Amino acid sequence: MGGDGSSWRPEGSFLGERPKALLGGKVPLRGSYQGSSFIELLQTDARHLLPDLSAWDRDSSVAARLPHGTTVLAFRFGEGVLVAGDRLATAGHAVASRDVVKVFETDPHSLMAISGAAGPSIEMARILSVELEHYEKIEGEPLELEGKANKLSQMIRVNLPAAMQGLAVVPLFAGFDTRRKTGRLWKFDITGGRYEEAEFDATGSGGVYARESLKYGWSADLSREDAIRVAVAALTAAADEDRATGGVDLERGIFPIIKVCTSAGHSDASDEEIARFYRGILDSRSRGGNL
Amino acid sequence: MSMPFYVSPEQVMADKAEFARKGIARGKSIVALEHQGGVLMMAENSTSLQKIGEIYDRIAFAGVGKFSEFDQLRKVGVRFADTKGYAYSREDVRGKGLANAFSQVIGEVFTREMKPLEIEIIVAEVGDDRYEDHKENALYRIKYDGFISDHAGFCAIGGNVEEVETVLKSDYKEGMPSGDAARLGLRALSAGAERSSELDAESLEVCLLDRGRAGRKFCRLSTDEVQSILDS
Repeated sequence: MGGDGSSWRPEGSFLGERPKALLGGKVPLRGSYQGSSFIELLQTDARHLLPDLSAWDRDSSVAARLPHGTTVLAFRFGEGVLVAGDRLATAGHAVASRDVVKVFETDPHSLMAISGAAGPSIEMARILSVELEHYEKIEGEPLELEGKANKLSQMIRVNLPAAMQGLAVVPLFAGFDTRRKTGRLWKFDITGGRYEEAEFDATGSGGVYARESLKYGWSADLSREDAIRVAVAALTAAADEDRATGGVDLERGIFPIIKVCTSAGHSDASDEEIARFYRGILDSRSRGGNL
Repeated sequence: MSMPFYVSPEQVMADKAEFARKGIARGKSIVALEHQGGVLMMAENSTSLQKIGEIYDRIAFAGVGKFSEFDQLRKVGVRFADTKGYAYSREDVRGKGLANAFSQVIGEVFTREMKPLEIEIIVAEVGDDRYEDHKENALYRIKYDGFISDHAGFCAIGGNVEEVETVLKSDYKEGMPSGDAARLGLRALSAGAERSSELDAESLEVCLLDRGRAGRKFCRLSTDEVQSILDS
């Protein structure tokens, strides 16, 4: 027993590790982790809270029965970026959920949209948002947008073993770069590869159809209103061609989530706005139009 | 091996307390005031080393004394709160639990370590109108020996805390507008400051826990914003 600060750490152990507990009522003044990353804090002092998918074997039929998110898209427009996602989650050929949320505000100036295995993806969005807030509080200033994208890339890389066994997390990350005064967006692959897109991108099972639609509707200087219209059209196109994509569900009143991020922060497209654009598409279809 | 001299426990504690008090008395003061729109925290501080910080959605921290010690404690608080909020839910992170945890840490250092922490801190929590049982604000003051107390309306820590409290006691009114609270805070800090004439927006660090905000309610005011709240 010495006065080295370790003497009053909590007794006992968790999972056979060195006694470290942030939640056991005792707060070590000099815990083992001293940095500014929340994920590293969990790795060092609270391992039991980290998702651990190492027990997955190669039985992909199990992975296929888990909920998967389908179509998300993101693009730059005049004031910043828009990120949108439908609401359907599928498990194999069945509907897992009709109103799942796939677009997350990770901090006041960034958004993350998820496709792939819903469980690990949603958890990754949650950890990323705590990570960004944690860094800001410890350091006294937020990360740069590029730094945030880089952090996400590292998290995806760590998930690679699970991704190889059917639990892929393939997000889009977008936000307003307050230093460069512009919207930016990134796509990722399962190895954590990070690619900045200058225009637009979409991922998930209906992503390819959404991209096709964006190719015709998108331009760099869209207004907010036009951006939302183009996003509704792209999600509708994806839902039309891909059975696993939800689109707009007027019967149940379930609308895609469309978020816009500008210098002023986030705002959501209202259900009324989305419904109005969707009805426009239905009208033109019933008149024999091809959208 | 030589025998150490016997020193009574009372003497050890008294010496430690004396040591900690001296360290704190050298520092400037901080006040926290409840007002109409939440909680206002104000420190006499013209340096870029911040004494007031955000812990969680509705919780803020302020410390006086040795910067390295209370800043370390602030970071411990952030780690504690973020871990708890991640493991459970954001609403489960409460000021009382955090203040108790701080009190325990500071108290343990005071009893076990050779040198006590030369700090005094405030943990402030702003109420949340969405929940019936979370509506009230809370101010906790924790001293160098872990002694914890809760305060209604206002709370002060630091060097000349008696002078500061005298002003607060005589002029504080429940439910005052934020401008009045800021001016009262400035008057109170001026009473405790060594060169009171020099206190202005430039030499103040002001943070708010703003009841009206959604999500994270902490905000740090720029010098211009401090001036405008003092003028409002």
